[in-house]
Amino acid sequence: MIGAVLAIAGAELRIGIRNRWVLLSALILLAFALVLAFVGAAPTGAVKASPLTITVASLATLSVYLVPLIALLLSFDAIAGEVDRGTLQLALASPVSRSAIIVGKFLGHLIVVSIAIALGYGVAGALVVTLAGGGSAGLVDLGRLIATSIGLGAAFLAIGYVASASVRQTGTAAALAVGIWLAAVVLYDLGLLGALVADSEGTFAKSVFPWLLAANPADAFRLYNMAALDTGTAATGLSGLGEALPFPPIVGLASLCGWIVLALGAAALVFRRLEP
Amino acid sequence: MSDALLDIREASKRFGKVRALDRVSLSVAPGERVALLGHNGAGKTTLFRLILGFIRPTSGQIAVAGSPPGSNAARLAVAYLPENVAFQKALTGRETVRLYARLKGAARTDADRALERVGLADAADRRTGTYSKGMRQRLGLAQALVGSPRLMLLDEPTTGLDPLSRRNFYGLIDEIAASGTAVFLSSHSLSELEAKTDRVAILRNGALVADAALSKLQAEAALPVRICVKTEPNKVNEVSERLGGARVNGQSVELLCPAPEKMARLAAISALGPLVTDFDVSQPSLDDIYRHFSTQDKAEDRS
Ligand SMILES: Nc1ncnc2c1ncn2[C@@H]1O[C@H](COP(=O)(O)OP(=O)(O)O)[C@@H](O)[C@H]1O
Ligand SMILES: [Mg+2]
Repeated sequence: MIGAVLAIAGAELRIGIRNRWVLLSALILLAFALVLAFVGAAPTGAVKASPLTITVASLATLSVYLVPLIALLLSFDAIAGEVDRGTLQLALASPVSRSAIIVGKFLGHLIVVSIAIALGYGVAGALVVTLAGGGSAGLVDLGRLIATSIGLGAAFLAIGYVASASVRQTGTAAALAVGIWLAAVVLYDLGLLGALVADSEGTFAKSVFPWLLAANPADAFRLYNMAALDTGTAATGLSGLGEALPFPPIVGLASLCGWIVLALGAAALVFRRLEP
Repeated sequence: MSDALLDIREASKRFGKVRALDRVSLSVAPGERVALLGHNGAGKTTLFRLILGFIRPTSGQIAVAGSPPGSNAARLAVAYLPENVAFQKALTGRETVRLYARLKGAARTDADRALERVGLADAADRRTGTYSKGMRQRLGLAQALVGSPRLMLLDEPTTGLDPLSRRNFYGLIDEIAASGTAVFLSSHSLSELEAKTDRVAILRNGALVADAALSKLQAEAALPVRICVKTEPNKVNEVSERLGGARVNGQSVELLCPAPEKMARLAAISALGPLVTDFDVSQPSLDDIYRHFSTQDKAEDRS
């Protein structure tokens, strides 16, 4: 059982490295991170926070868009693609449980995502520290960002497996993955923004809106990171986010973890029903 | 329960309105080689999916090594090579077979030995993306060999292979069967089937229409022998009248005769003396026999 999980994870990792997924994702994250660190978010005025902390704040927003995309692109093919190619039939003919297959793939893909994020953001952080100074201040923030970004990736990997196990064709799974990304990362926020504009001072803004934010894994991720930066340095220009929330920021982290567990469970359930 | 490795009793499978399999009964004994023949859509893949426990029969029972399909015991006994499998191009042959070896709980050395047996030892460390179609099928066979299965299910393993690779592949299957593994393989034509299978089962629209040794099917079909008599162009009419056959292209006459009457016809032909310049006798081909069983319905409709 453990042997099978590790074998599948190892194969996925190997494939991720061989077809340059790891390298490409790391480079994309690095490129965007550098643009944000040195071009986009030049801090103006008296800012007490270190350059690294400010960079981390913009990287958190970057993660919200890129990490789910990278994770979904890795996972949409995981089941549907193998059904298409006939390799899943091979695996399922062997005495290995379906949950072992999902867990093995998840583990392998998670390592791929982790390497890409740690590499991309790590190099970006090192460059910021060397070029902009500030020393080791903000290293904790960077570490938190990398760890939670990996968590965000895990959640969207699992969501991608649900999509991949619910359809038979890779093409359909790909379309579904793009749809999920659009809905979770773009449309959901637009919807919330619209509702907020319509009812800016009412009960919605104060008590419903923050919970809705926390319910979306991408927003929960951003919420947690921003609040943590805010309480840590009290000077990122995002005034008092922590105080405006009707719950402790750790709820964001809990929501992210909840999404990982729930989506993995859902993927295992859908996968069990699949007739290859 | 018999001691058959595979025992299918009255298994039917419907997909909505499509009746993919209709009360199929079939068994495979340990070490036996059985070919499953049928046109596209006859239900071959569906039968394999039932045996593997991927789908459940609408009615009927199936036992694999005495256990229900898909159970651990059944999966340990069976190996499968799906139709048109496409292995991960980024992995090497050795990595691929070792992956499936670990899924089956077999040793790495088992995987290496399987690669050697199918003749892929030299190419084992190349990515499968560089393999030819014949090599990919042999890789699939190596994967199936791992873990010493008692029953091997091969779904159209030689479709799309050139004649040489096909012969090579069937040679391997013969070796595997000789070492005691039962082989149950499908194909869409009898002539493609060069394996010396013990039995041939023919599916037509989901129903089993034949299940016997090839020699027995040959006798059962009782197809006529075709004799082609060549003569001079100006004698064709005379020969045709005396022998009673049909004229084909200006200088030969074709006769169909039941196998037992063959000698009598030959005597009649030789009695014609110099009128006959040459003649040919052709036995019914494997394709003729297959066509006889797989299209009987249509023939009956027409007559
Ligand atoms: N999942 C499915 N849903 C609906 N019909 C199916 C399904 N699988 C197979 N069929 C139908 O069952 C019949 C037998 O198919 P199949 O077993 O694949 O044939 P073969 O392998 O002999 O070519 C075909 O008519 C096919 O369309
Ligand atoms: Mg088929």
